[in-house]
Amino acid sequence: MSTTDTPTESTDSASEGFAIEAAPTNLVEYGQAWWLRVKTGDIGALPIIIGLILIVVIFGSLRDTFLTERNFTNLMLQMSPTAILAIGVVWILLIAEIDLSVAYVSAVGGVIMALLIRPGDPGLPWPLAIGIALLITTMIGFLYGQILTKLGVPSFVITLAGNLGFFGVVLILTTQWSTAGTTVVQDHFVVGLANNFLPDWLGWALGVFIVGAYVTSEFLKYRSRTKRGLTTKPVSVSVLQAVGLAAVTFGAIFYANLDRGVPMVTVILGVFLVFWTFIATKTPFGRHVYAVGGNPEAARRAGINVSRLRIGVFMINGFMAGVGGIILASRLRSVATNSGGGALLLNVIAAAVIGGTSLFGGHGRIVAALYGALVIASIQNGMDLLGLNTGTKFVITGLVLLAAVTIDSLSKRGRATSGVA
Amino acid sequence: MSDTAILECRGVSKHFGAVQALYKVDFEVRPGEVMALVGDNGAGKSTLIKGIAGIYPFDEGGIAFEGSPVDIHSPRDTAGLNIEIVYQDLALADNLDVVGNMFLGREEVTNGMVLDEVRMEHSARKALDTLSVTSLRSVRQTVAGLSGGQRQAVAVAKAVMWNSKVVILDEPTAALGVAQTRQVLDLVRRLADTGVGVVIISHNLHDIFEVADRITVLRLGQAVGLFNRRETTQQDVVHSITAGDLTHVPGMDDA
Repeated sequence: MSTTDTPTESTDSASEGFAIEAAPTNLVEYGQAWWLRVKTGDIGALPIIIGLILIVVIFGSLRDTFLTERNFTNLMLQMSPTAILAIGVVWILLIAEIDLSVAYVSAVGGVIMALLIRPGDPGLPWPLAIGIALLITTMIGFLYGQILTKLGVPSFVITLAGNLGFFGVVLILTTQWSTAGTTVVQDHFVVGLANNFLPDWLGWALGVFIVGAYVTSEFLKYRSRTKRGLTTKPVSVSVLQAVGLAAVTFGAIFYANLDRGVPMVTVILGVFLVFWTFIATKTPFGRHVYAVGGNPEAARRAGINVSRLRIGVFMINGFMAGVGGIILASRLRSVATNSGGGALLLNVIAAAVIGGTSLFGGHGRIVAALYGALVIASIQNGMDLLGLNTGTKFVITGLVLLAAVTIDSLSKRGRATSGVA
Repeated sequence: MSDTAILECRGVSKHFGAVQALYKVDFEVRPGEVMALVGDNGAGKSTLIKGIAGIYPFDEGGIAFEGSPVDIHSPRDTAGLNIEIVYQDLALADNLDVVGNMFLGREEVTNGMVLDEVRMEHSARKALDTLSVTSLRSVRQTVAGLSGGQRQAVAVAKAVMWNSKVVILDEPTAALGVAQTRQVLDLVRRLADTGVGVVIISHNLHDIFEVADRITVLRLGQAVGLFNRRETTQQDVVHSITAGDLTHVPGMDDA
C-alpha cells in the first residue's frame, strides 16, 4: 500500500472511502451532502417534518376543523406545557439518564406555587411564590444528582422512587395543607401565563425580532468565518433558510392573529428554547454535556468534572419541571389531587424521544422538545376532534412513540455501520 | 535532534505489594527523537508510563524535565509540563466533531462563556496541517465516522495543538490495518520532526524499526537494553526482550 506523505496521494484514502472533499459551495452540493448525512443515520428533523405533514394531511382531510385558526391556537396552548417539561427531559437524555418523576415533580412545583399565592393564606406576591416553587423543584434535581453521583444508584430507580414519593407529596399538599383538595389560582399574572394572548402588533413585532436576530447572527457568523478563511455555508442556502424561517414565523403569527393572537405561553416556551439551545450549543457546559453523553471516560480524562455536570443537568431538569408545573397550574387555573397525573409523564418523555433525542445519550437537540410536543399534541388534538375514545388515543400515541424509538435505534445502527456518519 | 534529554527518569522504582513492577529504571527521550519502549507483557511499560502520567507516584527515583527535577503528583502536573499521553483507546467522544474533541475540556471562549468556534476550528486545522493530515473530510465531521488511523491522527494532532514537548503514544498501531499503520507511523515521524520528543510503546518490532531512533527494552521491571536503531538488529532486541541481563533478581536480595 502506498503512503500518504503528500496530499496528492488521495487515492489511498479514497480507497477507504475518505477522499479529501471540499465543503459544499452551492445549493446542489449542499443538498447532496445533506442527503448523504441522512442516508448514513444523521436524520435530524426529517422524520418530524414527514410526520407533521402526514398529521396535517390525515386529520385535515378527516376534519375541517383541524386546520382552523381556532384549533391552531388551541394546539399551541396544549403543546406548550408538554414542550417546556420535555426541554428538561432532553437534557437528562443527553447524558443517557432518565427521569420518570418529571410529571409529579412539576406538580409539586405547581401546587407549592398555588398554595403560596392563596389570597391571605399566606398570600405571597407571585414573584416570590414562583421563585420558591422553582427553588424547591431545582433542589429536587440537586438531590437526584447527589444520589446518582455519590451513591451510584441508577437514575431509573431514583426517579421511579421519586415518582411515587412526589405523587404522595402532591396528595399531602393538596389534601392536608388545603381543605378542598382543589386550590384555585386567582392571581391575574399567574393565570395570564397560560391563558393570555399577545396583541396583534406585538405578535408581528416579535416575528420581526426573531427573523432579524436570526439573519444578524448568521451574517456575523459568515463574516467571522470568512475572515479566518474557513468554509462557509453557501449564501444561497443561508438565504433559503432565512426565507423559510420568515415564512413559517410570519405564517404562524398571521394565522394566530386571525384567532386570539399569539399565546403568551408559546412565547415563554420560545424564550426557554432559545436560552437552553444557546447553553447546549454555544457554551463549554453544553459541549461537556454532549461529551459525557457520548463517552463519559473521554470527558473524565479531558478534565471535565463529570459528577458536577450530571448534578447540574438534573438541576436544569428540576427547574424546567417547576416551570412546566406552574404553567400547567396556570392553564387549568387550579391545582388538585390529580395534578401531574394521567398521561403527562408519558407524553413528556415521548415528546423528547419523538423529537429526535437519543435514549443512548449524546445525540439530540433542545428543539426536539418542541418537535415532539407538537407531534403528540397534534395527534391527540386530531383524535379528539375525530371523537376517538381514550383507549384508542393511547394505543395510537404508543405506536407513534414506538416508531420514534425504532427510528432512533435504526439511525444509531446506521451511524455505527456507515463509515461516513 | 538534541543530545540532552527533555524528559528523563532516573532510577525509578515502583512496587505493588510484593510485586516489584519497576526496579531502578533509567529512561529518557530527547527533543525530536522517537524513543521506542518495548518489552514483553508485564515488563513494566505501562507502569512506567502511568508514573510519568501522574496516575501514581514512583516509590523511588526522580523525573527531570528539561534538565531540572520535577514533582509529578497528578495528571494535571504532567499536562502542565506539556507532556501529552495518547492512550490506546484514544478517549474520543464519538458524537462530537473533530474540533470538539481536540478542544474537549479546554475550550476557547469569548465574552467569558461563549464557545469561540471560529478560533478553535482555525487552530485545529492548523494542527492537522502541521502533521499533513489530509484524509479528513472535514474538521466538522463527527469522530464516529473516522477510521482507526484518522482517530489516531486526531489524538496526535490534539497533542501538537497544545504545544506538547513530549508525546507518549501507547500502542498506536495495535488495532490498525496495514495502510493505516503506515499513516500513523508517518505521522509519528512528522511529529518528531517538529521537535517533539515522542515515546512510542509497541509490541510490533517491525513498526519500531521503521520509526524509532532509539529503543529502550524493559524486562521484568528493569531496563535491560538501550539500542540505537541504526546500529542494531531485530534479533538483538528480541534477545534483550526475552533474555536481557537482569541486575537484580526479584526476591533474591533485600533491595
